[in-house]
Amino acid sequence: MNAHHIVKDMETQTQPLVRAAGVNKIFGVEPSGVVALKDIDLEIRPGEFVCLLGPSGCGKSTLLNAIAGFSLPTSGTLEVSGKPVTAPGPDRGMVFQEYALFPWMTVEANIAFGLDIRGTGSEEKARIVDELLDMLGLKEFRHRFPKDLSGGMRQRVAIARVLALDPPIMLMDEPFGALDALTRRSLQDELLRIWRSVGKTIVFVTHSIEEAVYLGSRVVILTYRPGTIKRDVTIDLPYPRDSNSVEFNAIKKDLASLVHAEHDRFALDERKGLTLD
Amino acid sequence: MTRTLFRNLAVPVVLLVVWQLLSQSGFIKPVILPSPVAILERLWTYLLPAQTYAESAGFADWMWSSELLSDLVASMRRVILGFAVGAGLALPLGLLMGTDRRFEAYLNPVVQFLRPIPPIAYIPLAILWFGLGDPPAIFLISIGAFFPVLINTITGVRNVDSIYVRAATNLGADRMTMFRRVILPAATPYVLTGMRIGIGTAFIVVIVAEMIAVNSGLGYRILEAREYMWSDKVIAGMIAIGLLGLAIDVGVNRVNNHLLRWHRGIES
Repeated sequence: MNAHHIVKDMETQTQPLVRAAGVNKIFGVEPSGVVALKDIDLEIRPGEFVCLLGPSGCGKSTLLNAIAGFSLPTSGTLEVSGKPVTAPGPDRGMVFQEYALFPWMTVEANIAFGLDIRGTGSEEKARIVDELLDMLGLKEFRHRFPKDLSGGMRQRVAIARVLALDPPIMLMDEPFGALDALTRRSLQDELLRIWRSVGKTIVFVTHSIEEAVYLGSRVVILTYRPGTIKRDVTIDLPYPRDSNSVEFNAIKKDLASLVHAEHDRFALDERKGLTLD
Repeated sequence: MTRTLFRNLAVPVVLLVVWQLLSQSGFIKPVILPSPVAILERLWTYLLPAQTYAESAGFADWMWSSELLSDLVASMRRVILGFAVGAGLALPLGLLMGTDRRFEAYLNPVVQFLRPIPPIAYIPLAILWFGLGDPPAIFLISIGAFFPVLINTITGVRNVDSIYVRAATNLGADRMTMFRRVILPAATPYVLTGMRIGIGTAFIVVIVAEMIAVNSGLGYRILEAREYMWSDKVIAGMIAIGLLGLAIDVGVNRVNNHLLRWHRGIES
């Protein structure tokens, strides 16, 4: 989370941080099994903010979970930092939609959890925790338990908990999906601020077109079952983005027609009772 | 407020008055059912120290000459010892059975077979194995505490939300950390419920055990009183047992609430 990191990232600019080649993921056994991901080729370079966008059942979370190491691909190559993904690890910090904070730990203890495991010295740990509490506006809440926090505050803690380990990649699974519109926007702005100041690579799953265009330096649209990459778009708008601007809405409209086509296929299956989730 | 208080007190007061009148009029023999006033008087003498206060002997000596106090302490001591043994064995075993499917497969049939046997049914064996005195009593109490703690601990570990395990794995937790800092705390609401039930069972068993194996404690005292046909003392003892049980439950509840101050209750 410092300049040192950005420099390192620059040096490895040529090498992708995440590389997926011919990734397939099948749940169950064919022919009755569900093909969640099919022939996914994707390269994510250091410093990118990639939004995976698509309707329910398009496999965007499946892809994220594969990168996280929670659910490995059935076939294909999936590498992070040049090494095949075999298990979850703290180099790929995950932020869950359900926050997944440890309710028995205070805010402070939640943030320090990963550092405890890593065996970081107590002085260093205190410094990192203080810095993150400050960065995310959590100072007054450090001794609170998660049950006493609002959804927005909880998600801040979850982000801080991941940032504490200074992972090169942050994976986010619809992290703001359960928040109200205003809280959502302020957290989006905060995330952008953090992303630009600490130089992390972010892979962000969402089904909101608006959110994807607001956040992503790149938006990858997935198709509904089987999940394939339908379109890979670089969003060139400068930050901070104005969601009322003509350019913003032009991009949004463009992506919307692609996503809606997939959503219609999802809705059709839903009516037939074929959707699993 | 006053209306609720009135409603709450109406039935007990009427019952007590009718009871007192029936006993006073000689309609019911005191040995069958002594009057409430007689019971209260007996409870008071049961509580009062038996010795007269003497400067030389000291205050503690005088206080502990109270039969009720020494009985309370004797019963509590057995409950605590028996509970410590029972829960102390059940907790690690439950954690192991909850986490390790194979371990559970080995032990579950035995547990399911032994669990429905009431602790009271172990009395003959307990006396054959340990003779009379504290050992058989503590053995019986520990059986009473063992199963509730075991079963709830297993359930607690089973019900740990997988999202916590995923989050901890993602943050680099090894098996030991996962167990100590995630599984164990996540299971505490269940474990503490088990302990509360366990201590309740231990309290039931201690009274029975004292009636059979020892000559001190509340259970022994009310059985002894029956031999002298002191019905008032029997009931006074029952009241003391009830109050002690209530005190234990309130105390355990306090501890639980403190340990679970992070917990938001049933909802999510």
